Parts: sequence; structure tokens; C-alpha cells
Amino acid sequence: MSGLVLDHLVKRYGAFTAVHDAALRIPHGQFVCLLGPSGCGKTTLLRMIAGLDAPSGGRILIDDADITETPAHQRDFGMVFQSLALFPHLTVGENIAYPLRIRGKSKEDQRAAAERLLSLVRLPGVADRPVSKLSGGQRQRIAIARALALSPRLFLLDEPLSALDAKLREAMQIELKQLQQQLGITTIVVTHDQREAMTMADLVVVMSEGRILQAAPPVEVYRRPANAFVADFIGMTNLLPGTAAGAGRIAVGGGTLDVSDANIPADLVLSIRPEDVKIHESGEGANRLPGTVTFIRDLGASVEVRAEVAGQEIVAVTAPKHRPAVAAGATVSVEFPAEACVVLAK
Amino acid sequence: MSKPSPRRLADYAPIAFPAGMLLAFFVVPFGIMIAISFYHRVQGGFYEPAFEFANYERFLTAFFGGVLGFSLGLSSLVAVVAVLLAFPFTWLLVRQRRQVQVIWLVFLLSVLSLSEVIIGFAWSTLFSKTAGITNLFVALGLMDQAVSLYPSFGAVLAGMVYQAFPYTVLVLYPALSRLDPTLVEAARTLGASPFRAFFNVIVPSLRNTILATIIMVFVFALGSYLLPQLLGRPQQWTLSVLITDQAIYQSNMPFASAMAVFLVLVSLGLVGLSLLFGQREKA
Repeated sequence: MSGLVLDHLVKRYGAFTAVHDAALRIPHGQFVCLLGPSGCGKTTLLRMIAGLDAPSGGRILIDDADITETPAHQRDFGMVFQSLALFPHLTVGENIAYPLRIRGKSKEDQRAAAERLLSLVRLPGVADRPVSKLSGGQRQRIAIARALALSPRLFLLDEPLSALDAKLREAMQIELKQLQQQLGITTIVVTHDQREAMTMADLVVVMSEGRILQAAPPVEVYRRPANAFVADFIGMTNLLPGTAAGAGRIAVGGGTLDVSDANIPADLVLSIRPEDVKIHESGEGANRLPGTVTFIRDLGASVEVRAEVAGQEIVAVTAPKHRPAVAAGATVSVEFPAEACVVLAK
Repeated sequence: MSKPSPRRLADYAPIAFPAGMLLAFFVVPFGIMIAISFYHRVQGGFYEPAFEFANYERFLTAFFGGVLGFSLGLSSLVAVVAVLLAFPFTWLLVRQRRQVQVIWLVFLLSVLSLSEVIIGFAWSTLFSKTAGITNLFVALGLMDQAVSLYPSFGAVLAGMVYQAFPYTVLVLYPALSRLDPTLVEAARTLGASPFRAFFNVIVPSLRNTILATIIMVFVFALGSYLLPQLLGRPQQWTLSVLITDQAIYQSNMPFASAMAVFLVLVSLGLVGLSLLFGQREKA
């Protein structure tokens, strides 16, 4: 197939396995986020794709060509490092033109390429400045411009925005996504920030303890998480342990609920997003469990109600205009709409 | 938060001891040496207070000029060769596992603890005809018969580089181990082979460290006076050898002092010049 294929990649460091059997197909032009907590193997996976770490097993293919043994400098991939790794002894322009210099391009070509890339990352006219004179956000753009200098086949970024402050990070996420759409370049970003992944990715690859748990578009990862870890890691969720109770029914929290899932394992975990949970006055609403309100938090844009259901805290979020007429301490009905209930294997 | 600068005399108390030591054991002896360099020599091995330039005039001759030039040239060559060897060595060393690094550093420190005398005699044995390395070459069939490799310029250079090498590695080590390893990785993803990345990225980004190391090794080599005597011919004797000769064997303290002062001034001047050069290049 055309695009990048990871064929059962494994990376071991002595007795420790950093990446277990990673298999993934990435078509051209996709924006992929490798997402997971720190130490989950996402950076190791990216470094293997870049050719900086050799896999202990498996293959890497691009457009059906095996590049597992190709050294990093012959892969034609652009990479942005977490530390940015800008060369301190070169100016901004020389940094960006470095890959052209390596390939023996003329001074004029290098200069023109640097100017073109600087305007691409919206930072024109700084080519002659030393790297040390730039702000964090500007260096970020320089590192991106340098990695894109040769129109690489693959654009790899390792936690590229982690050093920026929250506001600048949000802006750069949108800008990076727009840049990728403009260039149509296959992009793989490593991040531990699920919001960042949701903002940018066409394909989110959730990893934990060296394994790929789910690879799917962001909305699908959010709506149909593959397991409890993914459900919990992506956004907020309520998790309730339970058991199967016949076709389309499960037993949780001392009662039974209808669910729209056809596959119901014997031992299960119910996952439901806070915005799907509805709080009613006692006795109202369908598909419900009784509960007690423990806390109400008015956040302006939304209202968060916390209720205890059979010893477990359930969080419900609603818009202010749908605020339920309940107070802390009140006994209420907590509605779990069947179509929003996701049943996961334990 | 910056510390306030010292205002009262008592604020300087912490540096009183080191300052006193520096004064008593460096500034005062150096001052005495400068004073003696202007004294008048009395035949029979002593000198009397005077203020004359006779001692300085004496070495403004082609002979002493030649010796000074040779000394500076030899020390520069030792510094450059030592850095050329030590830089790639240290680069490989900092990428090894911790235990491997410790073993190498302990080994280098033990070489550093050897005195110049031991290094000199060890190399003179290695370079000798009877027990030297050429016997090994003969055994391997690389040479027809064993020869003596010393006294010669090459032997002096080898001995002095050997002496300076551990020192050079230890000076380069902190800078190289602090260098961000992703710089090389970045260069590689941008298309540079490991070899090119080393010369394009590692060497230039440590330009100032390299310059400073060359200067330090240069000054270190300038003081060496036993190795040129043990491993070289009289033509390869440095100014340090002549100073020792004048001071100890000829008992001509004023002339030895004058040469020592001149050597210090010239080397200070050279160090200053190269620092100035380095500054300009950086700007």
C-alpha cells in the first residue's frame, strides 16, 4: 500500500520492552498523533520511524519499500525535536538551509529557500539573526521550517509544543494543522496532551506501556474507546464496573440499564461521558439509577453536577439553560441514555 | 536573585586565605624573579642588586630568538596534535556506558599522575634500539632491523603529546558530555552522515572550547623541560631547558630570570591574542 506501514515493530532495551509489536498503516497526507502518558513508548516508536533507533524486530515500509535498515540521513524525513536542536553556531537562515548545504546547493539557492520557508512559517526577515536572539515560539517555527526545507516524505515531531506556554501552544496547534493541510505532508506528532491530539489529528494512536491500544479518528476514539484506559485517558469519563444481564441489558450500581451495544462481555466496565449523563428529580427519566447529589459546580459556560450512585461518583455536565432543579444532598434520578453507554471489556 | 556586591572590608573575608596564599606563593616569587632579572651577575655564581638590561639584551640574539621560536612552535604543535587526538577520543568516550567512562577516566588520571621523569625514561626505552618498539616491527616483519628512534624531534613530540593527552581529555570532557545529543540526530535527519555531522555540528558548536583547550595545553607544554632533554638533541631543547641550565648549572640567576620573565610575557601575549581572535570570530 502507499504510505507508511509499521509491520510488527518491537524495541527492546535489555530485558525491558519499550515497544511491543506495533502495527500501523498510515496513508499519505494524514496527520497522526501518537498519544499516551510518558514512558508509553511513543517517542521510541517515532525514533524508530526516523531511523535514530534500530528496531529489535519487525519492519518499516514506505510505499512498499523496506526502509528498516536505511540510515537516518538517507530517509528524507524531516524531524522536529523536543529540544528543537537548532545549531547554536549558525544563524537562522543557515540553520534552515543546512540540509541544502549538505546536498551541495548554491548559496543563492540556500538563501532563497530560507526566505521562502521563513515566510511559510510567518517569520520573514530574521534569516541573519543568531538563533539565541529568538523567543521560544520563534525557535519553534525555525525548527519546523528547517525540518520542512527539503519537502520531506514524512514530517515527524517529538513533543514539539511542550516548551511553549498554554496560550501559544493552542495557537501553534491550529497553525501546525493548517500548515500540514496546506502542504499535504504526512505528519506524525508525539504528544501526551489529548487536547492537542484532538485538535490536530486525522488519526489518533493511543499508546500505553509500549502497546498501541487504539488507532482511529479523534471522534471515534472519544465516542467508541477501545477499552477503559483509552476512555479514561481521552477526555473525562465515568467508569462503572458491572456484569451482563441478558440481551442489551447490564447490571451496574445496584440496578440494571439498557445499552445499545450488541456485544456484552460477562465482566464489563460501563463508560459514559459527563455530557451524556442527565440528572432529574427523583423518579423522572428513563434508563436511570437512583443517586444523591454531592456537589454542584457552576462554571459559567457549563454546570457540573456530581452525584453518588451506589458508592461511586458520577459526573454530569450540562449547559446552564438545562440546569436541573436540584440542590446538594437531594435524592435524584441519574439517567444513562442507552445510545451513549459504551460497554467495555474489563 | 543576584548576590549583593561586597561593600565593607569584612565582606572580603572569605577570600582572604586564598588571596594570601596566592600573594605569598605566586605574586611575591614572581616579583622577586622580575627584580632579579634586572640584577647584575657577579662571576662565581651570585648576583647583586642593580637595574640593568644586560640580561635581556643577551638573548636578543639569533640563537635565543631561534630557541624561543622553537619552544613556542613545539608547544603549539603539541597542543594542536593533542586536541586533534583527544577530541574524537573524548567524543567517543562520552557516548559509552557510565562504567566504561569511569574506567577510562581512572586510567587517564593515573597517566596524569606519572611524573615527567618517568614518562621520559619510559619513552626513551620504547624508542631505544635494544628494547624498543622497532624490535616488535622486526618481529612482525615490517622492518629489517631494530633502530633507535631517539633522540629526535618526533620522540620529543610523542613524549610531550603523551603527557598532555590525559589533561586534554579531562578539559574537553565536561563540554562534550554536556553537548545536546539531539544536535547530531537533527543533523542526521537533515541528511548529514555521522561523519559530516561530527565536522558540521559538533566541532563548530564547540569552537570556543577547542580554542580554550589548545591555549591551556600550549601553556602546559611550554613548561616541559625534561622531555626535550631526555628525548631530543640539543637543537630540540626548549627555552625551559635553557632556563634550567642557566639557573642550576651555570648559576646565572639574573639571566635565567630574564628568560623566564620573557617567556611568561610572550606566552601571555599569545594567549591574549588568541582570545581576542576568538572573541571577534564569535561576534
